[in-house]
Amino acid sequence: MKKAGIIMIIGSLLLMGLFKFPLWNIMLGAPQYPEPLGMDIYIDGIKGVSEFDLQNIDGLNHYIGMKVIPKPEEMWEFSAFPKVIGGMVALGVLIGILGFMGKVSYKWFIGWFILMSILGVLGMYDFNQWLTEYGGDLDPHAIIKVINADGTPMTYKPPLLGYQKMLNFDVTSLPHTGAYMMFVGMMLTIVAFFVGKKENKRA
Amino acid sequence: MKSILKIMTLLFSASVLLSSCGNNGKSSGNNSALNSSNAEKVYVAPGEYDEFYAFMSGGYSGNLTVYGLPSGRMFKEIPVFSQFPTTGYGYSEETKPMLNTSFGMVPWDDSHHPDISQTNGVLDGRWVFINGNNTPRIARISLKTFETEEIIEVPNSAGNHSSSFITENTEYVVAGTRFSVPVPQADLPINEYKGKFKGALSFISVDKETGRMGIKFQILMPGFNYDLSHPGRDKSHGWFFFTTYNTEEANSLLEVNASQNDKDFIAAINWKKIEEYVNNGGGTKMPTNYAHNVYDEHTHTATSTMVKEVLTVNPLDIPGAVYFLPTPKSPHGCDVTPSGEYIIGNGKLSADLTVHSFAKMLDAIENKKFDGDAYGIPILKYEDILAGVVKSGGLGPLHTEFDDKGNAYTTFFISSEVVKWKIGTWEVIDRKPTYYSVGHLMIPGGNSRKPFGKYVVAMNKITKDRYLPTGPELEHSAQLYDISGEKMELIYDFPTHGEPHYAAGIPADLIKGNSQKIYRLDENKHPYAITSPDQAKVTRNGKEVHISMAMIRSHFTPDNIEGVKVGDKVYFHITNHEQDFDVPHGFAMIGANNSELLIMPGQTKTLTWEPKQVGVWPFYCTDFCSALHQEMQGYVRVSPANSDIELSWSLDGE
Repeated sequence: MKKAGIIMIIGSLLLMGLFKFPLWNIMLGAPQYPEPLGMDIYIDGIKGVSEFDLQNIDGLNHYIGMKVIPKPEEMWEFSAFPKVIGGMVALGVLIGILGFMGKVSYKWFIGWFILMSILGVLGMYDFNQWLTEYGGDLDPHAIIKVINADGTPMTYKPPLLGYQKMLNFDVTSLPHTGAYMMFVGMMLTIVAFFVGKKENKRA
Repeated sequence: MKSILKIMTLLFSASVLLSSCGNNGKSSGNNSALNSSNAEKVYVAPGEYDEFYAFMSGGYSGNLTVYGLPSGRMFKEIPVFSQFPTTGYGYSEETKPMLNTSFGMVPWDDSHHPDISQTNGVLDGRWVFINGNNTPRIARISLKTFETEEIIEVPNSAGNHSSSFITENTEYVVAGTRFSVPVPQADLPINEYKGKFKGALSFISVDKETGRMGIKFQILMPGFNYDLSHPGRDKSHGWFFFTTYNTEEANSLLEVNASQNDKDFIAAINWKKIEEYVNNGGGTKMPTNYAHNVYDEHTHTATSTMVKEVLTVNPLDIPGAVYFLPTPKSPHGCDVTPSGEYIIGNGKLSADLTVHSFAKMLDAIENKKFDGDAYGIPILKYEDILAGVVKSGGLGPLHTEFDDKGNAYTTFFISSEVVKWKIGTWEVIDRKPTYYSVGHLMIPGGNSRKPFGKYVVAMNKITKDRYLPTGPELEHSAQLYDISGEKMELIYDFPTHGEPHYAAGIPADLIKGNSQKIYRLDENKHPYAITSPDQAKVTRNGKEVHISMAMIRSHFTPDNIEGVKVGDKVYFHITNHEQDFDVPHGFAMIGANNSELLIMPGQTKTLTWEPKQVGVWPFYCTDFCSALHQEMQGYVRVSPANSDIELSWSLDGE
């Protein structure tokens, strides 16, 4: 199961990309912003795509009464996520090594994948919760209050995935490099599972 | 006298011809197919960029305007020598020192000849220099911020016209005097001009890294009028050429008395030789007084320093440094081909152009073929140095520029045309009318080794009927010609602001990427800047009240100020806290006897206000910055001089 173990190790290590590259990216373009403002969401905090983007997004958000974009210390997720990802990388590499040495079954690989998928879905759920709360928790004294056709106040939750028009802004929310690396890594762990299975049969 | 009469007659007949043409004859010969292809050539689609920047002098506006070519759209007016209430330049406490001179504050000038910095004879797009003609000054404008960064006054000079041309590695920006004056200034009878007045040619060094200017030396030449100049380049790098008129040294009715000599001179200056002489301790330090004003991008503040000494050079002390090249008919423009071989004297009272050869000049100097001297400066023989004469058939040649295909283009003021001719054969290839009475012309990079010969812009002195009439005073007109083919093609006509004398063009790609978007607030070193609104404060120092205020969409901090009294001098030090491109805020105070402020993101500016009446007085943002722009306002309560109300300030009651 040498090959499968190596693939498992590589797959797990690809998650390390999340420490260097953004997980998600939200871009806000508008007629006045031909060069759109953007947020890169990392597992340990949010950064502007250009240096002053966060400040400028906050500046615009104050008109509609949104809170300022949270600093890393203001959200537990930004300290928890790195630990979870770090732990999963360590676990994946460990399983890979043990698999390489033939100490554990290839089924551990799919086990890791399932656990990572559950954590991922939980993460996405949490992220979506935060977006909803962030976009809906508006200052009652907001300068601009927009009412929907049904009479409810408009909220400003950016889309979790894809495009949405919000007032004058075109908002696009897509996974970024870190997420793609994680995706490829997770796929590799499935590959590791099947390769392991095949190697196991041959043996 | 006869020649004057001749010209008068010509001018008169020209004006008869023009007026008899009427309104409809202007663009005769154009058919609609030609018009539509010309329209395509100048059409820059919405949102697209022009191919070239053109920096046009403002003339009597004292400023520099920025245009795009081929569209002819104006992008910006950069305040240089003139107060500019639009931004507060020359009114704000920070920029008043920019306009300081040995005569005190001079709030205006006459800007003439922009020139863009070069490296190895090729445009490098770092700075543009321009001269103030009236109170002699040279300015340096950053092509990163598009703001005036430095102004240096030129002592011993008057009518700073043969300026501000740069050498091919921007070693020097050169400023020559048009009016000779007593040097040093003295109480003399004017009719003792001859022999007693001097013409100072100043070589101002430019720091390679910072662009900082300093007068390296002044050559004290005979009292002629030094009209225009250009540097030698490539093979003639190290030399500088100045046209002269009034070699007669008349001091009155110059239009007649300075037009008597059949030939005036082009002064050829071997500045490398003089530089060497000066570096070895040569020259005489003369007491003087001139202002050197420098704007600091980080403190957002200018300082003015008075300099008390200048190094002067007597050309006779450096044999071989200066020669006179006889040139017919009071030459105006003095232009050097991209190769550096030919020096063109545009004899403005003539039909012909005189072309001198640099190689022949060196040869004549080497063989000492002199034709006497003027005040000890050797005069070369006209025939020995002449490369050719362009028999143009035009009248009143003023200026010549060059393309990259070996052609030259000369403007003719009196006959109102641009004439294209071939360098070397001196044959005329094409001529096209201008509307009307063209002065300078400009080809991007035309004053360098590497011109970009796609367009020529003709800058005219007379507009008359070119545009919808706007009363007696009209903007000047410019015409754009496509010069990519054998024949010139008039493709566009647009008004220009002020009186553009000369212009400097450059491919947009060389500078547009360097254009700065904001000033960084974290690099703001202005002593009264505040980087966070909670630092806002109001302090009193006797009758001076200093308000450190912040502005961001869409409020001022503070916006309610009390405790100001009649007789106080209030300093509004305002910092724009935006760090977003193109979000300036303005500041206007009712009754302020100066101007508004237009403050860029990250910048601090100061306006003074001396309240004279008790009351509650508003201020507001003048730049429609945001949807809540109208709400961006505040009040200052002004109490009687003897009131004991303490200073207080707040935003939203806090």
